[in-house]
Amino acid sequence: MIRWLFILMFSALPATAEQIVLGLSQNEVAITTTFDGSEILIFGAVKRDSPPPDETDLGVIVTISGPSERVTVRRKDRVAGIWVNNDSATIDVAPSFFAVASNRPLNEILTQREDRQNRISLGYAVRTILPTNRGLQDYIEALLRVRQQNNLYQLLESHVELTEGTLFRATIELPSNLIEGEYRAEIYLTRAGEVIDVFRTAIPVQKVGPGQFFYTLAHQQPAIYGLLSLAIAVAAGWMASAAFGLMRR
Amino acid sequence: MQLYLPIAEVSVNIFLILGLGGLVGVLSGMFGVGGGFLLTPLLFFIGIPPAVAVATQANQIVASSLSGVLAHLKRRTVDLRMGTVLLVGGLFGAALGVVVFNYLRSLGQVDLLVRLSYVVFLGIIGGLMLVESIVSIRRTRNPTAKRRKLHKHNWIHALPFKMKFRVSGLYISVIPPLLVGVFVGILAAIMGVGGGFIMLPAMIYILGMPTKVVVGTSLFQIIFVAAFTTMLHAITNYTVDLFLAILLLVGGVIGAQVGTLIGTRMKAEQLRILLAVMVLAVGVALALELLIQPSELYSVTVASR
Repeated sequence: MIRWLFILMFSALPATAEQIVLGLSQNEVAITTTFDGSEILIFGAVKRDSPPPDETDLGVIVTISGPSERVTVRRKDRVAGIWVNNDSATIDVAPSFFAVASNRPLNEILTQREDRQNRISLGYAVRTILPTNRGLQDYIEALLRVRQQNNLYQLLESHVELTEGTLFRATIELPSNLIEGEYRAEIYLTRAGEVIDVFRTAIPVQKVGPGQFFYTLAHQQPAIYGLLSLAIAVAAGWMASAAFGLMRR
Repeated sequence: MQLYLPIAEVSVNIFLILGLGGLVGVLSGMFGVGGGFLLTPLLFFIGIPPAVAVATQANQIVASSLSGVLAHLKRRTVDLRMGTVLLVGGLFGAALGVVVFNYLRSLGQVDLLVRLSYVVFLGIIGGLMLVESIVSIRRTRNPTAKRRKLHKHNWIHALPFKMKFRVSGLYISVIPPLLVGVFVGILAAIMGVGGGFIMLPAMIYILGMPTKVVVGTSLFQIIFVAAFTTMLHAITNYTVDLFLAILLLVGGVIGAQVGTLIGTRMKAEQLRILLAVMVLAVGVALALELLIQPSELYSVTVASR
């Protein structure tokens, strides 16, 4: 029975099986109190049983996505002479961070069907529950634009270095305004636009040290946190007055 | 050197924040104002989310006004009774202010509310101060002009519920100080300021308090209103950033001493004109941001995670 399963599995793969072997420069990202962004190096190789059929149509795509959020996008309009937030739209699923890197421009190594199925490029990363009408499309584009300006969404075509059709590497910069959560790294291997192998791994990003402690306290024991803030303020105010009283003497 | 602020969730340069705290401290030492009206907009400019800036600022005001009030207590220039009446109004106003703040935050209009409040109040106060100090400079150059009466009787003396305020030497109704307190409390919660720049003129011109007790009394009640605001923001919004508050405090305390030194070497009228011009400049800068078309019309806020 087990032998049959194995045979089934292998027969499902294309004849020239190519697989991803992967390494990461770091398995997790710690947001310390001195955190100022981070860089992740993703490297690996394409494992083959036989010599590669053709090197030119091989595609390597690396994506890193942060935890999903529900976001509100607001548009400013001129009302009574001043610019105020007027209309808004809610986008139900938007990754807090998203980077796509590839060895060649995406449209050369990925068919649209595969792109849509695997939600690889930026446009497919963002989703709404309601069907998108033309009005909503403006807000989605604005979200992509604003977050690209903040480096939260990155399109890094030709950013993956592919050596001799076998070794690949890419560095992806994580900005300093990261939020905590489970980040996912996905590596796609394509041939003639079709995905032939996927490798998925998780990169936990979390606050550590005092930052983590105070964040948890502020959200779980807000009253104690508030009193603590006040105690520090009172102590600082009193010490300042005492210190300068001494200096004047 | 970078520091990641855990609540604001942004990374900031330590020296930049210390410097901002110091700069505002210098001003508060020079002019005897809290300086919140300058610090809050500056925090917006460097990318601190407005809700965090306002809430953290309230916490920092607790420290700076406490250190000020201790000095005034020694000099017996705090009217505790008047302070308590103002405080009762102030607490009520702060609670009201936080409710309004949270409601407008859910509508996405909190930025507008904060900015508009700044434009309106900085404009009014800056303008009044400028006119007042120019008039007083003219008066010192022309001593024959008639002086203002020390004590005026106006509509305030016709109101009921009169109370004796011995330190201020007043016998007036509690209604005006209560209303002044409510009003300043609302501003404290919405603008993240102590409200000294509103409170001081109101105490002198509306309540008729003697100038030597207004600063101490105003600081006395600001401590409690700011503490109350801090707690409300911490409990309902989780937006008080301790790290940011401590950096601002350290900078502010040192700056205040430098400011006091500079202040003693300048003439009072010159100081007031300078402050008036600065207040007006901040107001105009914020007004321009509302009037000029922004380069990006869309903004993104996270609704939930």
